[in-house]
Amino acid sequence: MSTEEKIRAFILENYLFTDDQSELKNDDSFLDQGILDSTGILEIIFFIEDEFKIKIKDEEMIPDNLDSVDKIVAFVHRKED
Amino acid sequence: MCGISGIVNLKHRETPSRDELERMIQALRHRGPDGFGFFSAPGIGLAHARLSIIDLEGGDQPIHNEDGAVQVVFNGEIFNFLELRRMLQKLGHRFYTRSDTEVIVHLYEEYGDAFVKHMVGQFAIALWDSKAQRLLLIRDRAGIRPLFYTIAAGRLYFASEVKSLFTQPAVTRSLNLTALGEVFTFWSTLEPNSLFEDVYSLPPGHQMVVDQGEIRCSRYWDWTFPLDGIPDHRSANDWAEELRELMVDSVRLRLRSDVPVGAYLSGGLDSSVITSLIRNYTNTPLRTFSIGFEDGEFDESVFQRELIQYLQTDHTHVTCKAQDISRLFPQVVWHAESTILRTAPAPMMLLSQHVRESNYKVVLTGEGADEVFGGYDIFKEAKIRRFCQRFPNSRLRPLILKNLYPYLKHSPTAGGDFGKRFFQQGMEYIDKPYFAHIPRWSTTRRSWRFFSREMKDLLQGKVGYDSIERILPPEIEQWDALNRDQYIENHTLLSGYLLNSQGDRMAMANSVEGRFPFLDHRVMEFAAKIPARYKIKVLNEKYILKKSMAGLIPESIRRRSKQPYRAPDSQSFFSGGKPAGYVQELLGEEALREAGYFNPAAVSKLLHKSASGKVIGFSDNMAFVGILSTMLLDKMFIQGYPASAFE
Repeated sequence: MSTEEKIRAFILENYLFTDDQSELKNDDSFLDQGILDSTGILEIIFFIEDEFKIKIKDEEMIPDNLDSVDKIVAFVHRKED
Repeated sequence: MCGISGIVNLKHRETPSRDELERMIQALRHRGPDGFGFFSAPGIGLAHARLSIIDLEGGDQPIHNEDGAVQVVFNGEIFNFLELRRMLQKLGHRFYTRSDTEVIVHLYEEYGDAFVKHMVGQFAIALWDSKAQRLLLIRDRAGIRPLFYTIAAGRLYFASEVKSLFTQPAVTRSLNLTALGEVFTFWSTLEPNSLFEDVYSLPPGHQMVVDQGEIRCSRYWDWTFPLDGIPDHRSANDWAEELRELMVDSVRLRLRSDVPVGAYLSGGLDSSVITSLIRNYTNTPLRTFSIGFEDGEFDESVFQRELIQYLQTDHTHVTCKAQDISRLFPQVVWHAESTILRTAPAPMMLLSQHVRESNYKVVLTGEGADEVFGGYDIFKEAKIRRFCQRFPNSRLRPLILKNLYPYLKHSPTAGGDFGKRFFQQGMEYIDKPYFAHIPRWSTTRRSWRFFSREMKDLLQGKVGYDSIERILPPEIEQWDALNRDQYIENHTLLSGYLLNSQGDRMAMANSVEGRFPFLDHRVMEFAAKIPARYKIKVLNEKYILKKSMAGLIPESIRRRSKQPYRAPDSQSFFSGGKPAGYVQELLGEEALREAGYFNPAAVSKLLHKSASGKVIGFSDNMAFVGILSTMLLDKMFIQGYPASAFE
């Protein structure tokens, strides 16, 4: 599975509680669309750190890095390089 | 405490049968195990289940006036009954019992429908005036004691709990789906809705008159605050002193009883206030009870022990294990008669069971202080959000959010910028009276994701944040911001959930009466006049209450940061990754599809997520508990299974 597929699967399963791919667009803002609540972002951070074996610093926990599938994918790739 | 029920024939004057009344009152015997009483006459039937607390020998109800023309059954206590009795006797009224109940009939003779204003108490009253041929139903100001009613087959049926109404074949049973949407938004139904179609709750501070088959409801009391801000020329010391005197009197009145009175002790400020006032201002031996949890995140035992030491109380501590919550939960829903979003009522039921087993029938408890004195985090959050909104681009202002949630393992503010964004939500509602509640309601509403397609279609456009507007008084716009927030909290969380599901029902399940010194109407009215800055001083909540208690409780408790009472939620229903039997069944595809409220595929994912121990967020927990309690409600009340079926 690609990075994008893993992230999509996680969000669909754990926040949208659906298998319907059309419910999530890669550029949907999690906050604006109400896909996450405030504690949800911590769950995503745990998932990303476990799944991709990276460590996310406090100052990196910002919407620009984490607030959509596209942004997470880009962030993970930057960290992995 | 007691239970009451009754029938009024609206279209004719047949006398309701004894059999019907007995069936209704039997359903309430947990509220009143000490005996039943009945009254019937053409057109009317009243029934009472007694929990004997005052005048054990002579206080059986129904109770009547001198010539028997006025009959009353009531669930509650009139705490200033001694003073009222003296006053009424001076006016020539003759009493035949020593009960507090009897003041009601004589007050009615003296003052008519307005008599309720003279009473300091908690009550649900049914009074029959046979000369005027009218029934008066009254509920107390804060909504401490419940009262439900429905109209079916030309009759008005009323009772302390819905299960009593459902003993009558004419009363049909289905869930009120709009009300379900309300609970999954506001944490409670909106007055006068109950979770059941055509069954209504008489709202707090209301009375109903049934006269010649006509029914009229009116309000006699409401939480109300000064218009255009609160005048601020009194010193904090003045406020604190007067508050202490009021609280002493409120506690003293609530110790009046012919049976021993105990107190709940959470380790927090509110119960510390009550127990300390009992110790310092009365001769009542201090007997306290508290609940603890295995999970450190929820447990307050350390603080409880400190207070026990300080006050030298005779104390019982009960530990609630996860399996207790799971085991008790069907009974909890049976008694709460509502969808609930938290498991917190379950430990309260365990606690009241221990109170009963210790041979106590009455406890004083601290609910209401947070509503009355601005103790909740939601009030502080709103203060901060309004503060941030003044300079939306400020980087420094949101840093004070970090101070808000020290007790939560997975605090929303730990998510850095995300936490900040979360609290900036709802800025488009800044001018609405319900601004403070938007974050909570939007988090709760995420659970709508789990509704079935049919439910979503049905609720479309029916329940929105603005639904709250129908219960708000027009003058709310002119109150201070904190007062607006308090009004909404009192009419949703307090009366609709805390006093109901977590308070009255959990105590009454074990025939225990709770008494609420902070909900003495004189305290509520006094507190309404206190300027906001003495309620929340910067971010110090209930400042004026803490000040009034200086020297009477340990400094550490006065200074302790707020830890709201919570219990472990969804994780309570799993053991080794497996859900309890009844949970598996009720949240399984077949049961969900048949009931029709929820989407089986979505719930299955939630169940899976919960089983893996991953659920740590508010909205997932709320959804889980809310879905489970709704399915239990449907199974027990609509389909008719008893709570024991889930053992």
